Amino acid sequence: MKKILIVDDEPSILMALEYAFKKQEYEVFIARDGSEAIEILKTKIPDIILLDIMMPKVDGYQTLQIIKENENLNKVKVVFLTAKSKKADIEKGMDLGVDKYFTKPFSVKKIITEINLLIS
Amino acid sequence: MSNFSLIIIILLYLGFLFFIAFIAEKNKRSKWVNNPIVYTLSFGVYCSAWTYYGSIGVAAEEGVRFLAIYLGPVIAAPLWIVLLRKVIRISKQHKISSLADFISLRYGKNRFLGALVTVVCLLGILPYISLQLKAVSETFEIMTQKSNYISNSILTDSTFYIALILAVFAAIFGTQATDASEKRRGIIFSVALESFIKLLFFTIIGIYVTYFLFDGTTDIVTQFKERDNFSSLVTLGGFEEGFNWFFTIMLSFIAIFLLPRQFQVAVLENNREKHLKTAIWLFPLYILLFNIFVVFIAWAGKINLGNEANAEYFTLLLPLKEGNIFLASLVFLGGLSAVISMVVISSLALSIMISNNLIIPYGFLSKFIKNEPSKNVKFIKNIRRFAIFCIIIISYSIYYSFSVKLSLYSIGLISFVIIAQLAPSFFIGLFWNRGSSKGAIIGILIGLFITFYTLLLPFLFESFSYKPSLFSINGLHPHALFGIDFLTPPVHAFFWSISANIFCYGYFSLVSKGNYRERNYAEMFVDSRNYSDLQDNAFVWKGEAYVKDIKEVLMRFLGNERATRALHIFFAKYNLPKNTQFADAKLIHFSEQLLTGSIGSASAKILIQSVVKEEEISLVEVLNILEESKEAIANSKTLKQKSLELSNLANQLKLANEELLEKDKQKDEFLDTVAHELKTPLTGIRASTEILLDDLEMPNPVKEQFLNNMLQDSERLSRLINNILDFEKLATDKHELTVQNQDISKTISRTIKSLITSSTDKNIAIIQKNNQSIYLQYDEDRMIQVLTNLISNAIKFCEPNSGLIEIDYFLEENNLQITITDNGKGVLEEDQDFIFEKFYQSKNQNTIKPIGTGLGLAITKQIVEKHQGKIWLDTTYKNGAKFHIKIPSI
Repeated sequence: MKKILIVDDEPSILMALEYAFKKQEYEVFIARDGSEAIEILKTKIPDIILLDIMMPKVDGYQTLQIIKENENLNKVKVVFLTAKSKKADIEKGMDLGVDKYFTKPFSVKKIITEINLLIS
Repeated sequence: MSNFSLIIIILLYLGFLFFIAFIAEKNKRSKWVNNPIVYTLSFGVYCSAWTYYGSIGVAAEEGVRFLAIYLGPVIAAPLWIVLLRKVIRISKQHKISSLADFISLRYGKNRFLGALVTVVCLLGILPYISLQLKAVSETFEIMTQKSNYISNSILTDSTFYIALILAVFAAIFGTQATDASEKRRGIIFSVALESFIKLLFFTIIGIYVTYFLFDGTTDIVTQFKERDNFSSLVTLGGFEEGFNWFFTIMLSFIAIFLLPRQFQVAVLENNREKHLKTAIWLFPLYILLFNIFVVFIAWAGKINLGNEANAEYFTLLLPLKEGNIFLASLVFLGGLSAVISMVVISSLALSIMISNNLIIPYGFLSKFIKNEPSKNVKFIKNIRRFAIFCIIIISYSIYYSFSVKLSLYSIGLISFVIIAQLAPSFFIGLFWNRGSSKGAIIGILIGLFITFYTLLLPFLFESFSYKPSLFSINGLHPHALFGIDFLTPPVHAFFWSISANIFCYGYFSLVSKGNYRERNYAEMFVDSRNYSDLQDNAFVWKGEAYVKDIKEVLMRFLGNERATRALHIFFAKYNLPKNTQFADAKLIHFSEQLLTGSIGSASAKILIQSVVKEEEISLVEVLNILEESKEAIANSKTLKQKSLELSNLANQLKLANEELLEKDKQKDEFLDTVAHELKTPLTGIRASTEILLDDLEMPNPVKEQFLNNMLQDSERLSRLINNILDFEKLATDKHELTVQNQDISKTISRTIKSLITSSTDKNIAIIQKNNQSIYLQYDEDRMIQVLTNLISNAIKFCEPNSGLIEIDYFLEENNLQITITDNGKGVLEEDQDFIFEKFYQSKNQNTIKPIGTGLGLAITKQIVEKHQGKIWLDTTYKNGAKFHIKIPSI
């Protein structure tokens, strides 16, 4: 079973994505900010992480950095989900080694197709 | 006192002065030597033996008239700043070394004029120096109590030796540099010291006579009143006497500028212009102090010594009569000081004129061209030393053969009248650019002739007891020309000579135009402020000259090394290549200036002219060139100003641009944030809709959850849009407040009422602590918005059930202050500085996702500020959050 970690501080988005990926038979972990995500990653190693950027406490960039610095985690694919759509923001994410970039508002169907493609 | 011990005292005193001059010369840069006090005291050289002894003579015989000669300098004092400053500036710029040089330069470096001025000064000053020697000799006689001291042979006359020592003193300290425009600090410092000593000793004897020999001033006056001629001595006389006063004051006014010794100390030895500001008040004060006791000593002498004694020496005779030899010696030394300073400075000034304006330009120039530089330097110094000795020896012989019969006062006035002949060409020439050398020369000659006829001739004839028949002709009597017989002889001579002088100067200046060089210098002098900017450019010259030839001449006087260095500096200043071949006007001017200090301006001109080929330029051309250089300077000034304005403008533009960029960036950021904030709820709505559409078998409770989320997100979306529009409206000043007179108490209760649902939901109490009606001007809807924002924030951060929100208000000065206090968790210190910023949301809110839009407090702040008010968080309040709002109540 494929494992996915979804990190977002918007409860409605979190809920929609959790429901959609569970339907696709993923094992889903959810976190409401970066620090929660890092806490979960200590015990679980997912195949892919969906990461929001603008979050309280620890934001998406910081979380990504921590993931990339961790030997156990640096093979895990990371996808950014964000309302930030400026070119500079996208480039910043790419530089940090993110695999894919989805801008909000997104189509849930499209995300599922892309994610499936990424980890197959 | 014995002859011998007096000579010892004199020698000791002279030795002391030598020592002081030597020390000052060695420390010429010290603050003790260069200060306004020393400068002002050196002016005191004006008060010679004539003042020291002569004034008392005049006061005793003629009453207050002695004062006239000191009123001139006092009246002149305010003019110094203007006149003297101008003269000092010109002299420094052109390296002028004497009065003769100054006048000769003004009239185009005229050689004859320089020589004539020198002769006038010699005629005027030599008798004056002899007068000083006479004073030494007579006081020596009184001190040693010998009758008729003048001995049978010069060699046994101690005055002769004193004169020689003074010559040595002047020669040593006065001729150290070949460049006569160099300062002589040693001599000036000793002169200043002597000025102090003579004033001190004169005041001491004044106090001694007035308060020890008599019972103060009133005692002297009452005793003296009993004499029959008292009233004539203290009144000023009638209309005719007024003329005497007027012209005597004018005479002394001229003297304070033009006596060679005054010109030397005031102009040539001035090393800082600002010292004038001290001299302007301190020197009149000095003169005042010198004159306080004159009348009292004079009258005291008359009372104690009778009419027989020589009134000029009352200061010595009074203490001697009482047997007070010590005090008499002090007075003697004071008088000696007055003599020394006058003789030394005068002979020095005259020696420079003799060398630079008489001997060198008339005879030694060709010799200089052939000589080695070191020989020339020695030669110039020797001419000056020789001149000093000649001046003093000639003065001594004048004294020896003539002056026995004349009083100090009358010789002094003769000198003044002769020197006054230079006044028209000096003063008028400073302000009238038409004044020409021809006018100056004829004016001076005529003036001299009249002075000779009206003042010197009668004096000469008188001393030979001869009365020519010419004098008996009506209207030609030397003391009463054309029947004017009410003036004293010196004033009479001054009146006629100076009138004729001025007339001739003006007339011949108008009929004859000077050559272009003369006009060139006239412009530079008259318009000195304007042309000092031009510096070397102000000199107009046209012709052909080689740098090589000019350097050759310079080397004769400065030596190879200094000449080369001077030219290097010149080339560097004007950005010329070092191997420049042809000399221009600037270099000619520069070279003449370099030589002026050593050999005088006329000689410098002649020497440089001998190696260049000069072309005639018309007057019109001179003026054109001057105008052009003036314009060029003005143009470059305008250009500079323009470029300054431009760069200012560029700076302003840059600033404005930066501001715009900053605003643009802020706008971008704002839009970015707005977009982000809008996209977030939109994403929630879209995702939920997609899932609901796709998954039709979704269980009902889950479906309900999704629909609820969608509702919340769309509410948030519309709230956000409203807030953003609101915020923008307030920020761009488009929104006007509808201000009305309102009762704050009612507004608060209305706000609380509208929030009752959300507060009862959480069971939180809202208390309005004050119900007093206070009316003031505000926009009620906006005020409700402010209060709603703050109170709903409070509700948000308070614990359910235990929450308590209190609203209070009071008037403070002209402001209404409202406080909203809650007992919630308060604002974290790290957030305190940012809570009023737009889209700032605390990272530590108790719900996972903030309910607010991040604009609430920013809008609140904007509204309060629109009311000219202030909103702030009370950071000292620890039991929750406390906000203050302050709005003006008038």
